[in-house]
Amino acid sequence: MFNYNFRWGQALNSLPQMLEGALVTMEIAILSMAVGIVVAIVLTVFRLSGRRLLAAVATTWVEIARNTPALFQIYMVHFGLGSFGIHLSPYLSLLIGITFNNAGYLAENFRGALKAIPDTQARAARSLGMSAGQAFGSVVMPQMLRISFLPMTNQMVWAILMTSLGAVVAMNTDLYGVTSELNARTFRTFEFFAMAAVIFYLITKVITLTARLLAARLFRY
Amino acid sequence: MIEIENVRKSFGPLEVLKGINLTVQKGEVLTVIGGSGSGKSTLLTCINGLEPIDSGRIVVDGIEVHAKTTDLNKLRRKIGIVFQQWNAFPHLTVIENVMLAQVKVLKRSKAEAEAEAVRQLKHVGLSDKLNVYPSRLSGGQQQRMAIARALGMSPDYMLFDEVTSALDPQLVGEVLDTLRMLASEGMTMICVTHEMKFAREVSDRVAFFDKGVMAEIAPPEELFGAPKDPELRKFLAATH
Ligand SMILES: Nc1ncnc2c1ncn2[C@@H]1O[C@H](COP(=O)(O)OP(=O)(O)OP(=O)(O)O)[C@@H](O)[C@H]1O
Ligand SMILES: [Mg+2]
Repeated sequence: MFNYNFRWGQALNSLPQMLEGALVTMEIAILSMAVGIVVAIVLTVFRLSGRRLLAAVATTWVEIARNTPALFQIYMVHFGLGSFGIHLSPYLSLLIGITFNNAGYLAENFRGALKAIPDTQARAARSLGMSAGQAFGSVVMPQMLRISFLPMTNQMVWAILMTSLGAVVAMNTDLYGVTSELNARTFRTFEFFAMAAVIFYLITKVITLTARLLAARLFRY
Repeated sequence: MIEIENVRKSFGPLEVLKGINLTVQKGEVLTVIGGSGSGKSTLLTCINGLEPIDSGRIVVDGIEVHAKTTDLNKLRRKIGIVFQQWNAFPHLTVIENVMLAQVKVLKRSKAEAEAEAVRQLKHVGLSDKLNVYPSRLSGGQQQRMAIARALGMSPDYMLFDEVTSALDPQLVGEVLDTLRMLASEGMTMICVTHEMKFAREVSDRVAFFDKGVMAEIAPPEELFGAPKDPELRKFLAATH
């Protein structure tokens, strides 16, 4: 019944290719986080702005990002926009899809963090003659980012894992894409996917550890 | 000079200031006393424009605070305010707390702001705490830091809202000493306080607020020695 013969040699020979795929995966995760954080800050400012239209845009974004499958979001960027004649490469579609998802989740985290910052902080800043923007940028936002640091780390891990959803847009240069192509050529399914899983695991571990070290350096108060 | 003319202010159905008239001269130290909810804090936040008013006007050095054309950010540089709740910026060290608005608002260079911060922190007795985070300070030290932060903006007026009432009794003295020092240096100040002894000592005049009305205003010896308003008499009797 159990007569599968493990052949690790072939899988190990493909390791360099897989590591290259891992780099693409990390690149997408890092870019989607960097842009995602900036967009999430903008969405947060929209929600705080007191302007109904801006707040509605932000809320809609957050609701869709958090309440529909990430896979749909990536699919929509690729094929949804495609039906309007906007054709994006698999790489861009995946990057934009994950960024969309990151921004939505992070904006919601930021909103929670803001609740933990007393109004008196902004009041004190305004009393010193700072504009609303200065008070937000120099006093409220740094505290918000600090409170959200752990959720941001989790989102980063999630972004790494979400790259595998590139499968739906025929992405073939990231870790999952490379692995799945190797598998299709060789049918060494277990070996390739086990190795990919280990690489995914190592990447996410490194991220959590780095984040912990970074937090200790950044937040001394 | 701060001129307050017939100022009225409500929060919803609750009228909190019922036509306040008051002028504070340059160099004057005015203390404000009165029961809880009588509108003392509200008056201070109206003076620096944090709260809008319903009618009347407040004029600071000829500038009408609530006029549409007034640049409040600019006006607030003149008016330092320290609140009852400590509100140090927790993510910045003590010296960075004092430097921040100098750099952002007054556009001072880092070096200038730092020199001024060192000077003000020395002034309030915090020279040895420059590089610590506020979480390491006692309540009294946090309040003195907040005073230094406000003074760093070189204000012409200082407003203090019960800055000692959230402090442990043994820390009250050090903060009041700082206020006394400012008063003796000629700073124009409005101090809302529960510390009657302090009010008696430092004030040029004391105002008593009762339910949104300034019921009595007089030099301290007169206000404490021969109070006329019946509510003031009750208030003083209760605080002794
Ligand atoms: N932002 C606000 N919204 C609604 N009501 C408010 C607000 N701020 C103050 N009030 C109410 O206005 C009244 C006056 O408040 P204020 O804080 O000015 O009193 P106070 O004299 O400073 O009292 P205390 O000695 O307790 O500090 C109170 O009844 C208070 O509940
Ligand atoms: Mg008050």
